[in-house]
Amino acid sequence: MARVDDVSGIRRILLQSRTIAVIGLSGNWYRPSFFAAKYMQDHGYRIVPVNPGYEEVLGQKCYPTLRDIPHQVDIVDCFRKSDDIPPIARDAVAIGAKVLWMQLGIRNDLAAKIALDAGLDVVMNRCVKIEHARILGGLNWAGVNTGIVSARRPG
Amino acid sequence: MADHEFGFDTLCLHAGHIPDAATGARALPIYQTTSFVFDSADHAASLFNLQTFGNVYSRISNPTVAALEERVAALEGGRAGLAAATGMAAQMLALLTLAQNGDHIVAARTLYGGTYSQFAVTFAQFGIATTFVDADDPETFRRAIQPNTKCIYAETIGNPQLNVLDIAAVAAIAHEAGVPLVIDNTLASPWLCRPIEHGADIVIHSVTKYLGGHGTTMGGILVESGKFDWGNGKFPQMTTPSRGYHGVIFHETFGDFGFTMKARMETMRTLGPTLSPLSAFLLLQGIETLHLRMPRHCESALAVAQHLSQHPAVAWVNYPGLAQSETRKLAERYLPRGAGGILTFGLKAGAHGGAAAGERFIEAAKMMSHLANVGDAKTLVIHPASTTHRQLDDAEQRAAGVLPEMIRLSVGLETLDDILWDIDQALARAQA
Repeated sequence: MARVDDVSGIRRILLQSRTIAVIGLSGNWYRPSFFAAKYMQDHGYRIVPVNPGYEEVLGQKCYPTLRDIPHQVDIVDCFRKSDDIPPIARDAVAIGAKVLWMQLGIRNDLAAKIALDAGLDVVMNRCVKIEHARILGGLNWAGVNTGIVSARRPG
Repeated sequence: MADHEFGFDTLCLHAGHIPDAATGARALPIYQTTSFVFDSADHAASLFNLQTFGNVYSRISNPTVAALEERVAALEGGRAGLAAATGMAAQMLALLTLAQNGDHIVAARTLYGGTYSQFAVTFAQFGIATTFVDADDPETFRRAIQPNTKCIYAETIGNPQLNVLDIAAVAAIAHEAGVPLVIDNTLASPWLCRPIEHGADIVIHSVTKYLGGHGTTMGGILVESGKFDWGNGKFPQMTTPSRGYHGVIFHETFGDFGFTMKARMETMRTLGPTLSPLSAFLLLQGIETLHLRMPRHCESALAVAQHLSQHPAVAWVNYPGLAQSETRKLAERYLPRGAGGILTFGLKAGAHGGAAAGERFIEAAKMMSHLANVGDAKTLVIHPASTTHRQLDDAEQRAAGVLPEMIRLSVGLETLDDILWDIDQALARAQA
């Protein structure tokens, strides 16, 4: 129930969540949204595509809007312009999602407030795939500065 | 709660390596393997499509090498790193990711001789032209920029002239032109200077030198700041679909480490100057004491420079930390913790001329090692005109800051009195 930007907070979100609705998920395999969703799917998350342009992406039924999803969603992951996020935040609140997550380069303080006021966690300007790889392993193999210092095994 | 920020010394020991997931090993395991098994056909496809992070083949990435990459990236305050077999290879990877046939580089004239040759001879063969300018006057960089210029290249401390670059001024000129500033930070090491904090966009190291620190192992690295705007229109290779990866757009997909990913997945993958895992391990072992070695290198070099300044057989001494140094002001700004471990000096001409006296000095050294390297734990001595800069003609040597009588010392970690003793006895024999 907070704006989350630290390692332990993001780790908690990633470990507690199982279902990720991806708003604006593309069906083109080389698009960043597809990269991120495929990565999370490969790491055990249930991906729920949200995009009026597709019937199915990554083998999962695609819904036109968040409100059409008939089951629980943990994270609402936004691949949309910053200005488009407030209505998505209202939808995320309406369906009982736990986290509003805005991807790299996306920030919207109004959307954040809507979600925070309703008790959701909010992450802004971070990639869900990069954060998973940074904190739970993988990104270090690409020579990226993860900022992680620890004397404990990963996980 | 905000994440705790670890200090430089802690990063020297920890960055890039947490205990091994499989075994709990505290020291970094040496993953001496060429290849890595795929979990499934789909996992293999994801790896080849760059959709997942992982290891395929050690030419492209290896967990031991990756630990070195992350550690140096952390020490430089950068976003990501790519290690290579040598410093020259790292520099080549950076520049061939930036520039192609028909492009142009603006570089400092006072560069390490090998770098000068890489640009002036080898890159010229590739159709990449370089304009060399006076590093001590930032405006000369601006005047040399052309529409096809892809970067400005310079060294924090020029080798062997030891001139300190006004990094912030040159970075501003580069950014006005929409190109990155690439800085070779080898002679300073990140303990003395972190060029990214002053506006540099890509930092290069010969890790062979102070980072490795023990003269055992070759290695190089490039570090990306993560701050340069690759989408500014001057770098279509970053913002248009990659031919090598079926349409991946590196800047879009990998964001602030897109340059490093492109350098790794295209330039390194196809040219192949990879660092070996064992070498990465040895270099990392050295980095664990960088923060302890650098202060001593600086203290002893300053003491040697002051000693030489007062010696009757010495014509001149060049060390950025000396009060009389022309580059002192810049050294105070960019190297506040010390002016490095390297100095040059010229012997008085004597009966046979300065160059001959210089050669006699080197012949007379007993503990200082005569070899072509810097940044070793041991004290090293060389006569650049007849060795590292030998490929340059006389005019080129002078332009690069190499005088005939110049001796270069890389001051090591021995007992200071012993270094001074060896210098004094060699000076006496050089003059005899």
